[in-house]
Amino acid sequence: MNSNKKSPSILEINGLTVKMAGFTLVDQVTFNIREREKFIIVGPNGAGKSTIIKAISQSIPYSGEILYKGEDVAKMQKNQIARNIGVLAQHHSVNYSFTVEEIVELGRFSYRKDKLMIKEEKEIIQEALEMTGMIEKRKQSVLTLSGGEIQRTFLAQLFAQNPNILILDEPTNYLDIQYQEQMFRVIEEWITSKNKAVLAVVHDLSLASYFGSEFLLMNQGKAVSRGRKEEVMIPEQLNLVYEMNVGSWLHYLYKHWEKYL
Amino acid sequence: MKIKAVFLTRFFFISMCLILIMNICVVYGSVDINLWDTGRIVFGAITGKFPSDIPERFIPIVLGVRLPRVLMSGLVGASLSISGAAMQGLLKNPLADGTTIGVSSGASLGAVIAIAFSAKSTLVSGLGTFLMSILFSFASICLILFLAKIIDFTLSTNTVILIGVIYSMFASSITSLITTLADKEIKNIVFWSMGSIAGSTYEEVVLMTVILIICSFVLMRNGVELNAFAIGEENAMHVGVDVRRVKLRIMALVSILIGVSVSISGTIGFVGLVIPHITRIFTGPNHKKLLPISMAIGAGFLMLADMFCRTMFSPIELPIGIITSFIGSILFVFIMIRKNSNKFRG
Repeated sequence: MNSNKKSPSILEINGLTVKMAGFTLVDQVTFNIREREKFIIVGPNGAGKSTIIKAISQSIPYSGEILYKGEDVAKMQKNQIARNIGVLAQHHSVNYSFTVEEIVELGRFSYRKDKLMIKEEKEIIQEALEMTGMIEKRKQSVLTLSGGEIQRTFLAQLFAQNPNILILDEPTNYLDIQYQEQMFRVIEEWITSKNKAVLAVVHDLSLASYFGSEFLLMNQGKAVSRGRKEEVMIPEQLNLVYEMNVGSWLHYLYKHWEKYL
Repeated sequence: MKIKAVFLTRFFFISMCLILIMNICVVYGSVDINLWDTGRIVFGAITGKFPSDIPERFIPIVLGVRLPRVLMSGLVGASLSISGAAMQGLLKNPLADGTTIGVSSGASLGAVIAIAFSAKSTLVSGLGTFLMSILFSFASICLILFLAKIIDFTLSTNTVILIGVIYSMFASSITSLITTLADKEIKNIVFWSMGSIAGSTYEEVVLMTVILIICSFVLMRNGVELNAFAIGEENAMHVGVDVRRVKLRIMALVSILIGVSVSISGTIGFVGLVIPHITRIFTGPNHKKLLPISMAIGAGFLMLADMFCRTMFSPIELPIGIITSFIGSILFVFIMIRKNSNKFRG
């Protein structure tokens, strides 16, 4: 039913359940992500979207299986996880005046035992800075940057880390519209050129349906539906979860711009 | 190769500065012994032959009293500074230090318990004080972070400091209680609590040197990990740092350094807070540079501070904690103000 079905799956989530303080935040969620897929999780606040990301990055206890190319992530070494699965957090606050470059260089932490040539390392960092448009501010302290620039700095760190699957938690929350577009373009370019995949939590439904190739709709910790855009991002599904007429509201929002097209 | 040359020049320059400060500190004191004579006495101690034109009473003053004291103040200054720098990085908290998060009070409590309940043998009680101080400082860090995590999952700067202050009071109250009740050992406890760097022996100097070299070496090897923590624990995990293991390792090293420092010299407040901040002005926040330079500046600072304590109101000698706390508390307020103004800037 999907042309992507043939490519091998990178990440498999089987019956993921997360419980905290007596509440079930994520309940028996199963899905898998294949190469070149742009897998988007959507759903209202409190649906458990970010919790799934925290479980995949091993920062909270969970039950169920998370497999990377068939291997149990919980049993992998930390630097192996970092080389394969890269996470961009929703929000970053930095207390010390590290430079942009110093933060991007940390992306190479899991490779430091490989003893790559200094020149090679420099090129990887250079490329990451160029892709995110931070090259001119490389020597600048992060304390002087705007929220969007900080987010792009950490995206550059993630590119330097060069994982096979990018996990993004609301990646454009702090970005103005021009960088929103740019960021998704950069990510798209990056994953298609290198046979990678991305898993992203995106709040904005228009942005989600523009960017994603596969979707998971969640509500109150449960997976409501899963599949392609035509199967998930449709009023029949969304209206129930968001308890409103999603289509007409979005249409209403964008009506103003139609006459300028 | 160029990097190595720069590194060696800097290393040489800093060592020279420290040796100069050390000499100045040995020369100044209540008895006037000039730099030339001091140098000859130290040199004589190495060769075993003292020049005859130096009054004999000068020799024990320089070798027995001043030199070990100056050495010890340098070592303690270096230990407190590197542990402060490491803690500020680990907890991503610019206000963290042995004093502010309560670790020093914990170490004092350990030392006092060791003295109060130790056997008469001085060796056992001496070792006991060290071990108990280290043990208690480690337990204190664990407890404080555990409590902070329960109260505020994000381990915010202010929560950790607040709990540190409360814990400090708690530990001090128990220390006072033990001091009051331990009638036989009270003399030893009081003696220990007043025992600043003044009574340092060469055995202590050697012990402290060995511990400082080992701990600082391992801490510096973890410089990149500390950078990652200073940017954020979550980010550290994402780039592949084994967060739990590294955290435990750094906490253990810091506990050893603070524990031994406290058991030798008592609580010397705010050195670990102030010195890393001053150092960051020159080095930036990168721990690869911050840790060694903090150590050097801390050593120089405490040697000079101790010299002022000895000479400023001579013959009255000030406790060294007065000077460090005086400077430290003012800087503490300054850092807090600057931190809050950053918040408003967004």
